Formats: sequence, C-alpha cells, structure tokens
Amino acid sequence: MTHAVLPAVRPAALNRAGRLALGGRDTLGVARRNLLRILRTPQLLLLSSVQPALLLIVFRYVLGGAIRIPGARYVDFVVPAVFLEAVLIGGMTTSIGLAEDIRSGIIDRFRSLPMARSAVLAGRTLADLTRSLFALALMIGLGLAVGFRFHAPIPSIVGGVGLIVLFGYAFSWMYAAIGLAAGDPETAQVAGILPFFILMFASSAIVPVATMPGWLQPFARNQPFSVTVGAVRALFEGGPVTHWLWQAVAWSVGIMIVFAAAAIQRYRTLAG
Amino acid sequence: MSPLGAPATTRAMVTLDGVSKSFGSAVALSEVDLAVEPGTVCALLGPNGAGKTTLVRILTTLLRPDRGRATVAGCDVVTDAGRLRPLIGLAGQYAAVDELLTGRENLELVGLWYHLSRADYRRRATEVLDRLSLRDVGDRLVRTYSGGMRRRLDIGAALLARPPVLFLDEPTTGLDPRTRNDLWAFVDELVAAGTTVVLSTQYMEEAERLAHQVAVLDNGRVIAAGSPDELKKSAGGDVLEARVARAADLGAAATLLGELARADPRVEMDNQRLRVPTGGGTGLLIAAGTRFADAGIELADLGIRRPTLTDVFLTLTGSPDTHSTNAKEAGR
Repeated sequence: MTHAVLPAVRPAALNRAGRLALGGRDTLGVARRNLLRILRTPQLLLLSSVQPALLLIVFRYVLGGAIRIPGARYVDFVVPAVFLEAVLIGGMTTSIGLAEDIRSGIIDRFRSLPMARSAVLAGRTLADLTRSLFALALMIGLGLAVGFRFHAPIPSIVGGVGLIVLFGYAFSWMYAAIGLAAGDPETAQVAGILPFFILMFASSAIVPVATMPGWLQPFARNQPFSVTVGAVRALFEGGPVTHWLWQAVAWSVGIMIVFAAAAIQRYRTLAG
Repeated sequence: MSPLGAPATTRAMVTLDGVSKSFGSAVALSEVDLAVEPGTVCALLGPNGAGKTTLVRILTTLLRPDRGRATVAGCDVVTDAGRLRPLIGLAGQYAAVDELLTGRENLELVGLWYHLSRADYRRRATEVLDRLSLRDVGDRLVRTYSGGMRRRLDIGAALLARPPVLFLDEPTTGLDPRTRNDLWAFVDELVAAGTTVVLSTQYMEEAERLAHQVAVLDNGRVIAAGSPDELKKSAGGDVLEARVARAADLGAAATLLGELARADPRVEMDNQRLRVPTGGGTGLLIAAGTRFADAGIELADLGIRRPTLTDVFLTLTGSPDTHSTNAKEAGR
C-alpha cells in the first residue's frame, strides 16, 4: 500500500462555484449519514410522532368541547397548530442529535475533515426535515380522521403545507444552535422544551388570544407561532391571507438566517 | 542532537513555537516548542491531563492556541486551516465512528468528505477494510463491532485519503495486546511509506516501539524530549534489582552490591529490596548472582529492570507525590 502525498482534490485550486458544488456534495453526504441513522432506528421515528398525536387527541376530544371559536369549528382551528407543533418537535431532534454527535466525538472527526463548515449542520437539518415531513404526513392523516377538513383550493393547501415545512426547517436551525451550545443530549433536551412551550402555549395555537390577560396579548398575537398558524389556517380555510402570509414568511426566513449564522459560528469555534 | 526543541526548520512537517492554551484558569499547554521531521513518528508521552490531547486538537485545527504558532505540512493551523485539513488524518481517543452505519459506509463517507471521487473512495474503503482485517464485517453495522474493530475502523477512516500527516490520540488505550501489536505493525508500514505520525500515549512501551522522538508532557509543559534511549538515560538507565529472602541480610547485601556497582544502592526496607544502576549490559547481574551465592545471601529475586515511565517521571519531575498514581497506571 503506497501513500500519495496529496489526496485527489486540492480545494485551494477551486473557484467559488467549485467550492459551492463541493459544499453541496458534503452536505448531501451528511444528510445521507443522518437519513441512514433515521432509517435504522424506525422506533424513534414513530415515537417522535406520538407526542403530537396525543396532543391532537387531547385538544380534539378532551379540551375541545369547552372551547368556542367564533365563526369556526374548533377542530379546524386547532389541527393546523398541531401540524406546526409536529414539525417543531422534529426540530428538537436536531438539537439532541447534534449534542449526541459532540459527545460521541464524531463532531471532532467532522471538524478535522476538509468538508465545508456548514455541511454538518445543513446536512442534519435537511435529514431532520424529511423526518418532520413523515411526522407531518401522519398528522394530516390523523387530523382528517378526527374531523379536520381543508376548505380551500388545492394550491392554497399546498402553500399552507409549504409554510409549515418552512417554519419547521427554520426552527431546526434554532435547535441546531441550542444543541451546539448545550453540548450534551440531556441539557439539549431540557433547553429545547422552554422555547417550545412558550411558542406553543403563549400563542393563538389553542385558544384565541383575546381570552388571555392584557399584558400577554401583544406577545401572544405577534410571535412567530401565532403569526404562522394564522397564515396556515387562512390558507387551509381559503380566506384572505396576505396579512399573515408575509409576516409568517419573514419570521421563518429571519429565524433561519440568524440561527444558521449563529450555529455555524458556534460550530467553527467549538471547544468541546 | 535531537530535532525536538530545536528551532523550527522549514523541512519539519510539524512545528510548534511557544504554543500556549488555557481553559479558564486551567493551563493546558504552556510555551510548547516542538518540531517533527517528515516520515518520522513523534510520541507525546504523559499522564492524563498532561496536555497531550489539547496539543493534538490544536494541530488538527479543532482548537486555537491562545499564544504561539503551530504549522503542519507548511500550513498555519489557524490562518491556513482550510488548506491544511485535506493533508491530515485524525483518529481520536474514543473511536469516532458511526454505530448505525456499516464499516464500509463509515469509510466511504469519510472519503467523500475528503473530496475523493466516488470511484476512489469506494476502492479505498475496500482496501482499508482488507488491510485492517475488517473485510468480513465491513457490511455489518458498527454497533456489532468489538472495541478493537471499532478502533481499527477509526484509524482506517483517518488514513483513507492517505494524508501525509496522521494524528493518533491514544490509539491503543484499552486494546488487547494482539490488536495493539497489529496496529503498531500497521503504523510501521505507513511510516515506511513516508507518512509522518504524531501519536499521544500513556505507554512507555508504545513510545519505545514506534517513536523516533518522544516529547514528555507534564502539566502542559514539554519537560523532556529526545529519542526513547536518550529519555531512559535521563532516567538513570537500567537498574539491577535484588530482593533478599531474609531482612537480616539487607545490610550485607547493600555493601556487596555497592562494591560491585561502585554506587550506593537504594534500599527499600519494607519489601527487602535493593536497586542500583547497572551501567549497561548484563555483567553486573552475572557478577551479583555469583557473589550473593558465595556470601550465602539467599535471594527471593534478582533481575534487570528497565526504567519505567514512573522512573522517567520521578527523575524528570522530582515530585513523586503528584505523579506517582498517574505514572504508575501509565507505566503498566
């Protein structure tokens, strides 16, 4: 076995487009690794769908009877929120998975390799996105089974599903930053629950904001979960959407940019 | 004169110049200078917490030094990290392989991330599996592997792209002797083919077997550097050790040994043992055996002891209390 002094590709010789292409290949490699891991632990894939499914049942059959929404059925009100919740839980797996990779030492190997600095995070969020899509598909099926109905034309429904996916992907970057900052899976899990609770419950997801105390209302009305669930409901109901839509997209894109920058910076300087 | 500690030459594959690193108030490395020539093995030897891993992490771009400068293959590890990474391979202290992937998948992905072509990384993954005796298990999930198999796979991943500089952080800690010997033979092969290896270890034996140069680290400082032989000489060379059967003979035995070796033996009263430098060779051992028999002093044990890491440490640091536990463990 002889050892050439240099490997086949020398990145210094590449132009910007070439580096971008290599970065994309690195990212797909990481995504492949994480998808293989997901496929080989199908029990985790199913378990991560149990929580949103339980919440759906509780809201629909336990609490739903006591909540009146002016001008709408409660099931049509709450089920879009459960869809968003399902992809948010998908994001949480990003933080736990990254923290596990740090603890196992595999992040050290990744960081010593010549792959793009964004590849480990982008590849993981992409793989977790496909996991979220699976959970979302399950939730849509379950939602329809418990009486939820789309009332809008198909393009509008597709737009709503797209918005949910964008929201989940944006927050998986937030969870990537949390996972890198936490450094171990237990801390990552605990740290991830807090934003989840605030986003989910101090919002218009489950009850109308007007029923909340005055001091909470401005936050609850304008935070990203509320704005996005408003847009998704409008897209599924077929009402006017522009007011919600641009705000929802701006929130997701903004969160993605801010937390992607923070997470990649953190990845570069990880001391482990 | 050993190249270690000498001013960095342009030829050196690895150079450190006044490298320091602290974590909060804990000093991990302090003013470390080092130079490793191409195609040689440099062992970083020291107990846990001596700074070996920190040094390896700085050289593999995982950590930035607080002060000082380090280069590998002519690239600065901070300002030129992007150009450096294709040229190095790292096998860490715990095998950084993916449990839920097969051995082959692990290797192929690492090859992809070294930016090898698909044909290249597939071929090399097969080569590495064959060479490291993992052919039969290559398509099994790594979680079914033994510890030794994982470690071999980890090292295989580090050298898959054939980088000119390889960093092995305690590669044989916890391995059985046979697997350890296999890995040593493999490192020999790599070095014969021109690879430069920096390896950290707690084992004197490993440093002696593999290293051309040894840097002894203690509390973040290089306290000694040189070839394994030079190091042992600094620890006093080989020692003749005699244990008398009757405590009453200790005095007479000490006098006798002192005359033979022309040095005062160290006497350990509680276990009836005497130690004296041999001055090299087996002459003293043979003479001592005869003279003890003639004098009617019954021996429980007589032999030449090579200095252990413990001895090296005791000699170098002169503070047995702070090091004895770690060094003893490391010297096994």
